[in-house]
Amino acid sequence: MAYVSALRCRSCGRDYKVEPINVCEFCFGPLEVVYDYEAIARNISRERIAQGPLSMWRYQDLLPVDAADAVDIGAGFTPLIKSVNLAKALGLSNLYIKNDAVNPSYSFKDRVVSVAATKAREFGFDTIACASTGNLACSVAAHAARGGMKSYVFIPANLERGKVVGAAIYDPTLVAVEGSYDEVNRLCSELADSYHWAFVNINIRPYYAEGSKTLAYEVAEQLGWRAPDHAIVPLASGSMFTKIWKGFNEMADLGLISKKATSMHATQAAGCSPIIEAYEAGTLHVRPVRPNTIAKSLAIGNPADGLFALKTIQDSDGSGTSVPEEDIVDGIKLLAETEGVFTETAGGVAVAGLKRLVELERIGPDEVTVLYITGNGLKTQEAVEEVVNPLMVNPTIESFEAELQKRTNSTNAR
Amino acid sequence: MALKRIKFTFPTQLIQEPIIYQLGRKYKLVTNIRRADVREDMGWVILELDGDQKEIDQGLEWVATKGVRVDPVSGDIIEG
Repeated sequence: MAYVSALRCRSCGRDYKVEPINVCEFCFGPLEVVYDYEAIARNISRERIAQGPLSMWRYQDLLPVDAADAVDIGAGFTPLIKSVNLAKALGLSNLYIKNDAVNPSYSFKDRVVSVAATKAREFGFDTIACASTGNLACSVAAHAARGGMKSYVFIPANLERGKVVGAAIYDPTLVAVEGSYDEVNRLCSELADSYHWAFVNINIRPYYAEGSKTLAYEVAEQLGWRAPDHAIVPLASGSMFTKIWKGFNEMADLGLISKKATSMHATQAAGCSPIIEAYEAGTLHVRPVRPNTIAKSLAIGNPADGLFALKTIQDSDGSGTSVPEEDIVDGIKLLAETEGVFTETAGGVAVAGLKRLVELERIGPDEVTVLYITGNGLKTQEAVEEVVNPLMVNPTIESFEAELQKRTNSTNAR
Repeated sequence: MALKRIKFTFPTQLIQEPIIYQLGRKYKLVTNIRRADVREDMGWVILELDGDQKEIDQGLEWVATKGVRVDPVSGDIIEG
């Protein structure tokens, strides 16, 4: 059973019934789920969690849905890898990589969409929908297939083929919108008002967002029931960042881990960094921008949770950094070459951001640091096509050895 | 008649202009401010517009051409 008692406005504090709504009627502020933590505390324990399924649903007591009827494609409980080579390259001794790129539809979005689809079905919706440039589209279509629901997925008409296939294979109603980023946004906002659908990140958003908390629970459990000293997270809307922080705090408040606080560090690409710009200006005032970055999965110019992400940085004694566009591909390559993990451009931002934070000495060499990798590199292959440079040989050993020698010579000459 | 919830972000050079007043007058819209933060260098206002759908659409276009950024109240909907 779910321990949800209400929805509460994050701006004015007004309470609402548990319904498919996301905005306060009074001040138009965003709504958030309120739990009965006393009831949760009476039931939850490390042992109970450890006996649960090897998925995000082992933390069902802290999610706002009835897990018995979850729309579950196996999201979560992804590997936490102790870094050896990347850690050495950066001069760190306690670096961990949370590899969330290996979720069923290859991004962390499976966590949030699994909760959203489950809640939508609870509310009686037969259709889920989203507007996306990639990861969210794939996840919504996949969960609709599993949940026996219809789905509408809105994408910009110029989206790369690989990403379109990744969503289309699950047979949603795929709608390619001819228009600018702003026009797609506006259309979906109007559709959400007009159709009785569960738009996962609009009317179901308060529930959807909670799924990201499992990124904190898992890391704490995988570290042996403790929170890290630092978390490095790539930011788009800022929602996941705030929910990871919330997840660590909930665990501490429920006595599942000690009270030790994690410093939350936000990373964005220079081509779309409204949250970092506000952080660097020392203000909580996020100025919207027009995205112009290769990190498409982070390209949100008007971040819904920008204010709360900035407060999270403040409250957690964290920090933020943006990374130059040219460093994003280097970040992807560095992670692949050192740890065997192929991430998309958002992961490249996280790796480059971590490197920068180490240079700025915001992270100590021995402190326990977790780098969140949230999407799979196979989705943004065009960003790193330059790595494809094979030895071209004839089918003879002589040809192979001659070409290998040439390559060795040219490498040595560099 | 229609209702529209919207967020305006004003650049520095428009902070002193009565844009919302003009919007209401010019397009016969009732403007109802719910939340705002206006400073000397920039500001945002979250408000509801009440009026004819066509007038709302034209009014928002006019506001945008003045240099005000117009967004849904819940932030960007399209996600990665």
